[in-house]
Amino acid sequence: MRIVERLGRRPTYAELGLFSALWSEHCAYKHSRVFLRRLPQAGPAVLQGPGENAGAIDIGDGWAVVFKIESHNHPSFIEPFQGAATGVGGILRDIFTMGARPIALLDSLRFGDLADPKTRRLIQGVVSGISWYGNCFGCPTVGGEIAFAPEYTGNPLVNVMCVGLVRVDGIFRARAEGLGNPVFYVGNKTGRDGIHGATMASAAFDERAEERRPTVQVGDPFTEKLLLEACLEAMASGAVVGIQDMGAAGLACCTSEMPARSDTGMEIDLARVPRRETGMSAYEILLSESQERMLLVAEEGREAEIRRIFAKWDLDAVQIGRVTAGPDLVVRLDGAEVARVPVDALSAAPVYERPTAAPPWLARQRAVDPLAFSEPADATEALEALLASPTIASKAWAFRQYDQQVGINTLVAPGSDAAVLRVKGTRRGLALATDGNARYVALDPRRGAAMAVAEAARNVSCAGGRPLGVTDCLNFGSPERPEILWQFAGAIEGIADACRALELPVVGGNVSFYNETSGQAILPTPVIGVVGVLDEAERYATQWFKGDGHRIALLGGTAVSLGGSEYLWIRHGVLGGELAPLDLELEGRVQAAARAAVQIGLVSACHDCAEGGLAVALAEGCISGPSPIGCTVTLAESRRADLALFGEGPSRIVVTVETERASAFEALMAEWSLPWCWIGQTGGARMIIEMGGRPLVNADLDRLRTAWRTGFERHVG
Amino acid sequence: MNFGVAVFPGTWSDADFCHVIAEVVHQPVRYVWHRESDLRGLDCVILPGGFAYGDYLRAGAVAARSPLVRVLPEFVAEGGLVLGSCNGFQILCEAGLLPGVLMRNECLQYRCQTVHLRVESADTVFTRALREGQVLTMPISHGEGKYHADPRTLARLQNGKQIVFRYATAHGRLEPEANPNGSLDAIAGVVNEAGTVLGMMPHPERAAEMILGGADGLLIFHSLLGHLVEEGTFVQR
Repeated sequence: MRIVERLGRRPTYAELGLFSALWSEHCAYKHSRVFLRRLPQAGPAVLQGPGENAGAIDIGDGWAVVFKIESHNHPSFIEPFQGAATGVGGILRDIFTMGARPIALLDSLRFGDLADPKTRRLIQGVVSGISWYGNCFGCPTVGGEIAFAPEYTGNPLVNVMCVGLVRVDGIFRARAEGLGNPVFYVGNKTGRDGIHGATMASAAFDERAEERRPTVQVGDPFTEKLLLEACLEAMASGAVVGIQDMGAAGLACCTSEMPARSDTGMEIDLARVPRRETGMSAYEILLSESQERMLLVAEEGREAEIRRIFAKWDLDAVQIGRVTAGPDLVVRLDGAEVARVPVDALSAAPVYERPTAAPPWLARQRAVDPLAFSEPADATEALEALLASPTIASKAWAFRQYDQQVGINTLVAPGSDAAVLRVKGTRRGLALATDGNARYVALDPRRGAAMAVAEAARNVSCAGGRPLGVTDCLNFGSPERPEILWQFAGAIEGIADACRALELPVVGGNVSFYNETSGQAILPTPVIGVVGVLDEAERYATQWFKGDGHRIALLGGTAVSLGGSEYLWIRHGVLGGELAPLDLELEGRVQAAARAAVQIGLVSACHDCAEGGLAVALAEGCISGPSPIGCTVTLAESRRADLALFGEGPSRIVVTVETERASAFEALMAEWSLPWCWIGQTGGARMIIEMGGRPLVNADLDRLRTAWRTGFERHVG
Repeated sequence: MNFGVAVFPGTWSDADFCHVIAEVVHQPVRYVWHRESDLRGLDCVILPGGFAYGDYLRAGAVAARSPLVRVLPEFVAEGGLVLGSCNGFQILCEAGLLPGVLMRNECLQYRCQTVHLRVESADTVFTRALREGQVLTMPISHGEGKYHADPRTLARLQNGKQIVFRYATAHGRLEPEANPNGSLDAIAGVVNEAGTVLGMMPHPERAAEMILGGADGLLIFHSLLGHLVEEGTFVQR
């Protein structure tokens, strides 16, 4: 056994607990590490890449954005309200341990079939958990997406991204430096909740999943808010050397990772740990995942300052140990030594290289010819059905339960391609988006994952932001199955391809394996979060039409496919076919041209063509704004109306341009030598699309709007 | 005009109010910690939004017993002004500085959305730059904003012109769909009898800059500043 080999003896019970948590998939990335190395992580603006609590990127004017996305899938299925709430709490702490004040949250959620009452209960629980924690803490939720597929029925996904702001010279790291420096436990008291959370999240579920409810932590956003203010105040005092959130594997994780990063050791006395229950064993104290706690290394001699700041915020700050020369983590309880382990042994979990193999079902799925199905007799009705599809329909029901403005930075709230926030004290803004179409990844992991990066970046570009960096949350089934690991490996290649081409470093993220219940894995779901910067915050664009008589242009690619499309799923219940090709060079150019047009104020609306294709993008332009505005569009002749209307493909953006700016816009497009064309104009009370002289869509805006507004809400409202 | 912005553990609109007061209306402002009881030098105390003391027990109930809120009656009696928004309104009701209570929203969910407010009284120091019947637009963000009072209190509020804002449509009509939380008589904001303490559920500080989509919230600050100009104690910079 590796542990016996490493220690040269049999481990104690507490030591075994340390190893079991820190060598779990959740903490150690055993199955993913060999693949993750392939992601580009460097870039001129990167201040902190993967390996810390979160990544950090320089945005200029002395400011940095700190951001990360994390999953809380397993806990949210067992206990949706607390699972989702503590997911928000965990990612908030990852951001403010870096010294940054959290300014935005985005939630990427996936659920199963809405006809199932259990799915509706899960959605209600998850949304109210996010709402409760984020609202009470005081960080606005500005974006995210919700999508549906039957594969998520037994395993919903709750991925939360948080973005914070910090001065470039004010970033803190999770290091235990300085021999003899005091180690402080700060925040909430320790209880028996969440023990084995990390190992629970590293296993697949069966029908008895709900029995694991005690492994889900219980959150307290009020304490988290106090912890935020106290930590930022302590950091500003200059007395803090290093700090880490007690997340998965709690105290065990912090006391081994912090010294391991700094080549030191640590001695701690568990008897000093503030507890809210009596009779807790060393094992329980080390592995508890009670929320809202941090481990802080302070400068020797400034202990009183730390205590005073935390006392002001009514929080515990107790010195539980010291930084030592190493190499061991030494843990005592009531005078007895309960663990003595080299910190590098705990952080050096085994790395697995397991076999991969293409799923046997994939060839059959990809061989589906979407054009073998007949065209819809009535395209208007097909469009209405797509707008009412829960994945495409308005998510206002969820977003109106989230505070979207606290902090008064939100310029574009949920409901457009990307959220836009201002950065106070500068002229700059931030554009934020998450995206990830799992059907694409299921059909072609590499191209599908590259498309997810392209789309999240395109969303940011449509708002006028220059994408700066990526955080990824990789949700997959069990890596012990070769076909799942094959999906994972392909997805990593795809993310790497797109990030390299678009010059986007991956500065952090999270891998969530074992998303399966009773042998049914989820769709492979990499969720990509992108942060971009606008030099002029006020020069952003939104997706909806602004007035009558604006010309409509379609920028970018012409290649589309019904393979993996929302149309094919909604109309025919089929997940299959081949994806449209992805040309990353063209993708970069389309985004740059759209961004340029937005930033110099040439376009009045800018919207990415995503699920549901061009027809849905145009319909959203008509109906997603404050007042509906129609349009008349003429498409080039195509052999299939359904392909032209609902076909999906990357690198396509719809913009509207006021007539007097049309020639300037044409000149700009020529400068970028971009493929593009005028396709119509806005105005009127109907949405009309013609092709080759025959009308395909002639829709009443009120009907479209009703379909879009009620498509999701009618299931959960 | 000297503003103080209260900070309870769990307050989160404090920095937003400070930003608006210092950077937009250019007035002196300082934070007032919940344990402070010396309010000398302040003309107006703001109780901002948030979840003071976690809103444990009932929203605003614990904050209403804090050292800071305990000295507010004396501050008001000496001519001080108090504006409570969102959680601040809940605290003022719990402290008995304003009549009525704020209950769980009728929909039983948190609501963050833009609402329209009809100005019902321009006779207060907070609203004198407004016209009665004027419609303001600003956001709400709360789970417990359903105003309630017993019939006698309600009649007293109505007769004493203490109802300052009602939820209305963009055109100023009172309709059930325009009332986001089921408040009695569509009440969004009330003042005390003297008109020197205002409580409102909406967030004026979130609608004080055009870049954020609207600046109707500024009109409340303009009213306050105009008041002091008239009294002769303040000269606009």
